[in-house]
Amino acid sequence: MTVAQPDALNFDCETGNYHTFCPISCVAWLYQKIEDSFFLVIGTKTCGYFLQNAMGVMIFAEPRYAMAELEEGDISAQLNDYEELKRLCLQIKRDRNPSVIVWIGTCTTEIIKMDLEGLAPKLEAEIGIPIVVARANGLDYAFTQGEDTVLAAMAARCPSKVDNEAEKAERNAIQRLLSFGRKQEEVAQESSEYVDHPPLVLFGSLPDPVVTQLTLELKKQGIKVSGWLPAKRYTELPILEEGYYVCGVNPFLSRTATALMRRRKCKLIGAPFPIGPDGTRAWIEKICSVFGVEPQGLADREQQIWASLEDYLKLIRGKSIFFMGDNLLEVSLARFLIRCGMTCPEIGIPYMDKRYQGAELALLEQTCQEMGVPLPRIVEKPDNYNQIQRIYELQPDLVITGMAHANPLEARGINTKWSVEFTFAQIHGFTNARDILELVTRPLRRNLALKDLGWDKLVKEEARV
Amino acid sequence: MKLAYWMYAGPAHIGTLRIASSFKNVHAIMHAPLGDDYFNVMRSMLERERDFTPVTASIVDRNVLARGSQEKVVDNITRKDREEHPDLIVLTPTCTSSILQEDLQNFVDRAQIEVQGDVLLADVNHYRVNELQAADRTLAQIVQFYIEKARKKGELPQGKTETPSVNILGITTLGFHNQHDCRELRQLMADLGIEVNTVIPAGATVHELKTLPRAWFNLVPYREVGLMAAEYLKTEFAMPYVDITPMGVVETARCIRAIQKLLNAQGAAVDYENFIDTQTRFVSQAAWFSRSIDCQNLTGKRAVVFGDNTHAAAMTKVLAREMGIHVVLSGTYCKYDADWFREQVSEYCDEVLISDDNAAIGDAIARLEPAAIFGTQMERHVGKRLDIPCGVIAAPIHIQNFPVGYRPFLGYEGANQIVDLVYNSFTLGMEDHLLEIFGGHDTKEVITKSVSADSDLNWTREAQAELNKVPGFVRGKVKRNTEKFARDRNLSEITIEVLYAAKEAIGA
Ligand code: SF4
Repeated sequence: MTVAQPDALNFDCETGNYHTFCPISCVAWLYQKIEDSFFLVIGTKTCGYFLQNAMGVMIFAEPRYAMAELEEGDISAQLNDYEELKRLCLQIKRDRNPSVIVWIGTCTTEIIKMDLEGLAPKLEAEIGIPIVVARANGLDYAFTQGEDTVLAAMAARCPSKVDNEAEKAERNAIQRLLSFGRKQEEVAQESSEYVDHPPLVLFGSLPDPVVTQLTLELKKQGIKVSGWLPAKRYTELPILEEGYYVCGVNPFLSRTATALMRRRKCKLIGAPFPIGPDGTRAWIEKICSVFGVEPQGLADREQQIWASLEDYLKLIRGKSIFFMGDNLLEVSLARFLIRCGMTCPEIGIPYMDKRYQGAELALLEQTCQEMGVPLPRIVEKPDNYNQIQRIYELQPDLVITGMAHANPLEARGINTKWSVEFTFAQIHGFTNARDILELVTRPLRRNLALKDLGWDKLVKEEARV
Repeated sequence: MKLAYWMYAGPAHIGTLRIASSFKNVHAIMHAPLGDDYFNVMRSMLERERDFTPVTASIVDRNVLARGSQEKVVDNITRKDREEHPDLIVLTPTCTSSILQEDLQNFVDRAQIEVQGDVLLADVNHYRVNELQAADRTLAQIVQFYIEKARKKGELPQGKTETPSVNILGITTLGFHNQHDCRELRQLMADLGIEVNTVIPAGATVHELKTLPRAWFNLVPYREVGLMAAEYLKTEFAMPYVDITPMGVVETARCIRAIQKLLNAQGAAVDYENFIDTQTRFVSQAAWFSRSIDCQNLTGKRAVVFGDNTHAAAMTKVLAREMGIHVVLSGTYCKYDADWFREQVSEYCDEVLISDDNAAIGDAIARLEPAAIFGTQMERHVGKRLDIPCGVIAAPIHIQNFPVGYRPFLGYEGANQIVDLVYNSFTLGMEDHLLEIFGGHDTKEVITKSVSADSDLNWTREAQAELNKVPGFVRGKVKRNTEKFARDRNLSEITIEVLYAAKEAIGA
């Protein structure tokens, strides 16, 4: 399969007519991650309807989020925004007593220019609960970028120094998480296992087990994770001081990275993301190299993981995959899957920050060269209609896409995997590489199981679109 | 501003999209920010739709805010016209367009010059109407548009069909069991010897709309969608309509009799009494069920009903009138049409609740402790928490409420389905209680049947054990009554003595 290769990645930009989740969806995972938070989405019925349906059963579990639903009086400024928000936030304080209220600004608050950033500090002082403002709306952002806007706002709230001892203990949540209830002395003794390096804070919201896994992975190299943005609780946000090193775990966190560099004067470690064993190894190696540490046993560790994936790799080797693009994980996933032996003609992506994703893009290029496959075409702001025409032409073995297109494509005999699952599954680190392949191969395994039935095209010929 | 966790009816544009995507070859273009095309996900998921949902967005982003969206909207309309040649493109405003106040009608007029198909601006305002009202309006708007168009071109067919015929109005995509209801209604019409002239909007083309006046009458099975179109056709063509929902045996008969009257007034000379009688007594199982011992055992059991106007009202009547069940509360979230609901159900229930606040309904259920609930997915979850079985009878609904098997709610087969739903809900609950009485379950913690807080009172171990002996279905009530008794007397601990004192005092 050696076709004439362009020597650099090819970037295109289309119309932006694509399907994705509204960024306010980040409350679904962030309220679960930050256990003492309450998310208030200040928007309309449209926003509420989306959240209610997108979150499915989670909605019934008394979520710590709600809509501040704007009514006509709010739009025409007959009602006083400050008084209205105060009323609702007091109600939240009374019923839930959270440690932080996060206001999610929406399209409507943008258009009517509701000054959330101005109102928040005043109200915060009045009711005594921190209020963090994140403008995660559909005018400016796509899906996972919602988390980016929230974390960028949270970055400003990380303490710069903690004097009080009790509070210091509380901030040290990561260590506590790792010490699994062992005694103080033992833990203290353990700290000698770390290399002496400047403090490192990681950013990106991951489920707690994955946080533990990645932290332990770095610990094996003698690297200590001083904190994580976000932490399990708002009151445990990590300390950030000038000169601290920070590193991202997800590709959609470019605003957070910028906020950490510009406003908190931290140094960003630009690495590929720890998705897939190749990505995880490159991520650790990059962090090690910044701290002048020679990584130990990484090559073997990676090799073992690859070996354990062989049953899945057999299924996908030589197959092609097409990313329609909706969650910004696309480049990292494509890079991993190309390393797995797949080809990838197109990577659709909502937004491409070539600086923040620089190391990931370089690894993608290198992977393609090493695997001898053509470089994918990266399509920013894709046009779903055009993409579907290209899918008909290319007939890829698998299309990673949103739910709006999955069933119609399946009915036309094209295998699909629902992209949103990659955002909710555990996909980071060595340990979870299998989970990614479990997702990727599921449609292939299912369709393999059914292949003799002769039912792969389930629409009449004329119904192409 | 309103603090809201859950909503029963969606935003207006959802209603318009449901109508547009129900028709064949009609495309909707939403004027909306990125992310508001979630409708496509719902349709593709819930209806398990094989075809691409004919809805796209003309994206409102920063550039649009700065420069206006005229070019973009017009381009998107002409592009879609070129790509897919829809008969009609419906430009659909959202909450965002409602506040941008751009002249969308002007964009439509501009685009119309350049395209082959028709272009319409849905006349819905996010802040004034909800999903259901918007669907009703959009359907009427499209009907009116094509009637007027045909009239102008002199293409309006004259006269009625030779034999009695009907239009069925208001069957839509994402409607609760609508596809099954539609098949059942077609069957019913066939049994009655009535030709189905057209069904709208589901599966219809806009070209069919001009033939609407050829039918002898219109049937509007659901209260929420179709009435405006029926009213319009009545004013324009003096077409009568029947708006009795044929749900349950009694209402189905009433609906058929209304049809009979309309047809006979137009000279049909039909008599459906025999048909009604045979269906009721021998074909449908519902009437026989109400006479059977099973149903006898349900007599006086307490139920709460909540849903949209159509289903909550019909269900209330079925339970009270056809099964002898005691409906302690009947409610609707269709606040805009509350008077109708009250009038329909008042004589069949103790209490009427008009609210779209899910906490109000949850609290009412906790307070009333019915043996079964008939409501939406939200009530099903309330029931789960309180250990009360729930049959789902109305939207909002989940994927399991889009069954592949044949499950109408309307007509005689619908009545059978309702029997199963009701009977299964109640027996499931009974079985649970019996199991508990005979100790079939592991000892469980007592669940307080109030949605909010745990009790602040101390139960001694003996009292707790005694309480656990009380059968499950009344345990919550005994517990609460005892606690109230204790609180009234300032007792902080509940002993066996207090438990029995309470029982004697208030018959707990
Ligand atoms: S795109 Fe805008 S209006 Fe739509 S759900 Fe998101 S924030 Fe709300």
